[in-house]
Amino acid sequence: MSFEIEKIAQLARIKLSEEETQKLGSDLNAILQYIEQLGRIPTDGVEPTSHVFNLENVFRKDEVKPVNVRDKALEHAPLRESFFFKVPKVVDKES
Amino acid sequence: MNQKYEAVIGLEVHVQLATQSKLFSGAPTHFGAEPNSNTTPICMGWPGTLPVLNEAALKLAIKAGLALNCRIAERLKFDRKHYFYPDLPKAYQISQYDMPVNGKGSLTIELEDEQGGLQIREIGITRAHLEEDAGKLLHEGIKDGSLVDYNRAGMPLLEIVSEPDIRTPAEAYAYLTALKAILQYLEVSDCNMEEGSLRCDANVSVRLIGETKFGTKTEIKNLNSFKAVQKAIQYEIDRQIEIVEGGDRVVQETRLWNDVKSQTFAMRSKEEAHDYRYFPDPDLVPFTIDRETVEEIQKSIPELPAARTQRFMKECGLSRYDASVLVGDKKLGDYFEAVIATGADSKLASNWIQSELLAILNERKIPIENSPVGADALAGLISLIQKNTISGKIAKDVLPMMFETGKTAEVIVKEKGLVQVTDTKLIEEVADRVLAANPKVVADFRAGKGQAVGFLVGQVMKETKGKANPKIVNEILTQKLS
Amino acid sequence: MTDDLYKLTLTEAVRFAGENSAAPLLDALRDRVAAVNPKINAILRFDPKRVIQADPRETVSTGLNGVPVAIKDNICIDGVETTCASKILKGHIPPYHAAVIQKILASGGTLFGQCNMDEFAFGSSSETSAYGLVRNPWNTECVPGGSSGGSAAAVASDMAFAALGSDTGGSIRQPAAFCGVVGLKPTYGRVSRYGLIAFGSSFDQIGPLTKNVEDAALLMNVIAGHDPMDSTSVNVPVPDYVKGLKRDVKGLRIGLPEEFFIEGLDGEIEKSVRQAAETLKRLGAEIKTIQLPHTPQSVAVYYIVAVAEASSNLGRFDGVRYGFRADTRDLKDMYLQTREQGFGAEAKRRILLGTFVLSSGYYDAYYLKGQKVRTLIRHDFAKAFEEVDLILSPTAPTAAFKIGEKTDPLSMYLSDIFTIPANLAGVPAISLPCGVTSEGLPIGLQLMGRHFEEETLLRAAYTFEKEIQLKQKPQVVSAG
Repeated sequence: MSFEIEKIAQLARIKLSEEETQKLGSDLNAILQYIEQLGRIPTDGVEPTSHVFNLENVFRKDEVKPVNVRDKALEHAPLRESFFFKVPKVVDKES
Repeated sequence: MNQKYEAVIGLEVHVQLATQSKLFSGAPTHFGAEPNSNTTPICMGWPGTLPVLNEAALKLAIKAGLALNCRIAERLKFDRKHYFYPDLPKAYQISQYDMPVNGKGSLTIELEDEQGGLQIREIGITRAHLEEDAGKLLHEGIKDGSLVDYNRAGMPLLEIVSEPDIRTPAEAYAYLTALKAILQYLEVSDCNMEEGSLRCDANVSVRLIGETKFGTKTEIKNLNSFKAVQKAIQYEIDRQIEIVEGGDRVVQETRLWNDVKSQTFAMRSKEEAHDYRYFPDPDLVPFTIDRETVEEIQKSIPELPAARTQRFMKECGLSRYDASVLVGDKKLGDYFEAVIATGADSKLASNWIQSELLAILNERKIPIENSPVGADALAGLISLIQKNTISGKIAKDVLPMMFETGKTAEVIVKEKGLVQVTDTKLIEEVADRVLAANPKVVADFRAGKGQAVGFLVGQVMKETKGKANPKIVNEILTQKLS
Repeated sequence: MTDDLYKLTLTEAVRFAGENSAAPLLDALRDRVAAVNPKINAILRFDPKRVIQADPRETVSTGLNGVPVAIKDNICIDGVETTCASKILKGHIPPYHAAVIQKILASGGTLFGQCNMDEFAFGSSSETSAYGLVRNPWNTECVPGGSSGGSAAAVASDMAFAALGSDTGGSIRQPAAFCGVVGLKPTYGRVSRYGLIAFGSSFDQIGPLTKNVEDAALLMNVIAGHDPMDSTSVNVPVPDYVKGLKRDVKGLRIGLPEEFFIEGLDGEIEKSVRQAAETLKRLGAEIKTIQLPHTPQSVAVYYIVAVAEASSNLGRFDGVRYGFRADTRDLKDMYLQTREQGFGAEAKRRILLGTFVLSSGYYDAYYLKGQKVRTLIRHDFAKAFEEVDLILSPTAPTAAFKIGEKTDPLSMYLSDIFTIPANLAGVPAISLPCGVTSEGLPIGLQLMGRHFEEETLLRAAYTFEKEIQLKQKPQVVSAG
């Protein structure tokens, strides 16, 4: 299995320089090769572990806990406008 | 629509569950708050924060599932669905991938067919799962960017996915109407489309009748009303048939409905192949639903619209149409029941609510539950009609006065001296005057033009300023003319 | 005495502050940090004028008497920049306190200094910090270990009485071993993760790095316990860990896993660790060889599952709400460039690997397979703990290595082979000093216990520590 680094980098939204693409690509191929040893371990009928404990049904009550963090959050935002966070124009309107 | 084709339609409906706090945080859910004020560090996805499931949201989801005949999961989990977008604060949405709370179910819809008969169809529900909402982006009037408001982020949603069982825009409309009614009856959601607590996307494809394979589908978004859903689906069906007829292929894509232009448009932004990289959210534990909980929730389910319609038909003698209109909005049905609980005649009540009352409310954009003329007040007006204290015609004048003044019908009738004249002597005097003044009409009547009596009744009513009992007027005139 | 106040252990400092006040302690630390930190860069942020304490309106126990605890830079402090030693979080000011921070403040503790680390805790050497690498106080040519290298080095060099670190695959224990201090990774679920900026959510635990075992017990008393804000926090009663300390290992069954004493394990370390086992045996413990057959697979499992979780957890660093944002006019470029410029090479490597193992078509072969082998590793531990009460091993295969020595990521990953299994199984584990190499670098001994049996770990560690009475101190300490 070889690592399709450009595709994965797009998916992860990380731009890579030519040099990084080379270096990380070869690192990751080596790591993948190492990881592939797991293929040799028989796991038929083994349940995957998502949690180390069999905890279940952890809820909270439907109660409002007013923690308005707007001002604190906006104070340090990279870019804001009045009470909003601001980002470059999102284009998803019709053509 | 070209008769050779049929449409295959599936609907994805997102409803906001009626909880006080968000799905995984204690932020409030009320509509209309200042931007970014209904937030906690959790629903804003602040680094280090963790979700904890709101128990009420899960119970509401199960309640909806039961009412939609879904198989309720014994065990469920939450998964992360990854994509990057400014309105998605964690770059993943907590949703349910392969173990949704509600599995397969169904919803029965009723439609009038072309002959005016009743058609009943069952539409399959694929699943209905819990997930958190994203925030909201604002673009209007901002040249150099978009603004993000996270008030909606983390709101509890139930995504109800239908099977591709729907065949016509009218069925889609009926499906949405029925679904909305059920969810409102359950008090699972207020289903207010304007406030975004009900949203619908439609998947549409066309194929030749008899074909078993599906055609290429498009997904239509930006549907702001049930009418828009119906129109957009019709537009899309026509568009796709035209493409296929022209020998081209439909492109699988997301299209946006433009209500003003009444057209769908392909989204401008190039869509990448989605790879959501679902995996079980390690921050949330799995959940099990035991039978007792399901039974308890089952018991809390009230009478649903279908049953109520039947009851209104059977017990109140309403037509299916009238019953459906009253039942279609739970609060309207409740209002109707409150009126007839006072002893008011149910047909009269149904007519008065559906014609006069709703006309005024709609004109003033007041929802039924906020009607200044309450059920008791309307019942009072109806009782005056039933007792012949006033005529229906007078009553139509009294109702707006009730809206204006807030006074009861009885008080208004008394103050304005609108009590109906049932004194036959008085009516006879007026009738004589009218007959004397209209010899030509009387001659016409005698010559066999029966409808002439209507004119004469009208003249008597006019003379008595509408207060005469029309029935008595009619009797007296008929008697005098014969 | 007053001149040497920075040398106090946490327990001693708390006693001192109770009898006098915390002010002289704070002064001593200020001077110490000013003198030592420039040499090792263990403390990332330190405002000598600002000591963070509990809101005076809140009820606070006097337990810690105003004594400060240093905090790894991935634990959120309300109103104080917290960066995970990453450029992408430069200027990120959390609007809330992590659960452990609330607990420290509520126990009368204060906060003073945030510790450097590997960027986002990705690393075993504290070389990947965007704010400069950390040096080992025993030998400044060597790494302090990682990722809690700053916390370990700060404690080892007496710039902090105690510190909090986080441990996903050994990030508390390995630097504790490299710096000659005590580091405890609690049972998964023992300490709330709320406010810990996540790396591998199903592995991460916050724990103490301290000068001795007693201090670790004291800090555990403060931070352990169920938190309704963390769904994975477990509601098991918390014992008084300090009261549980006694010099007694009689009858304790301790297992040495065969798979840990392998090629690649440094000879001096093996000798020292086996000697430690002998010491415990002499004190009445029963020592036996056990098997943890899937140990060789643990690094592979970890580098699938933990990086998958990491790639997901780090998606939120997009420049929209906090931290660094690249200046772009296009939205997609904002994502691509913010993350290009904001993340260091190791973070990129792990995000890409994690994205890959979750991506369509590879999920079953990698992520799911990893989670299944993880189950086998958990079973290994469950089986072993039927036979023994504790598992003893080296913390790391070598002592602290030289800065810049490990350039190949895989060889760096493999240096965590002895610490990763405890995270995969969620069991508690402690590292404590058991000797010094001929080159004068500390050696760490690891003890692993059953879920929620930190008390047993601490008791065995305490007994051992009291018995051997190590005297060596790091070079910068003696020089400082």
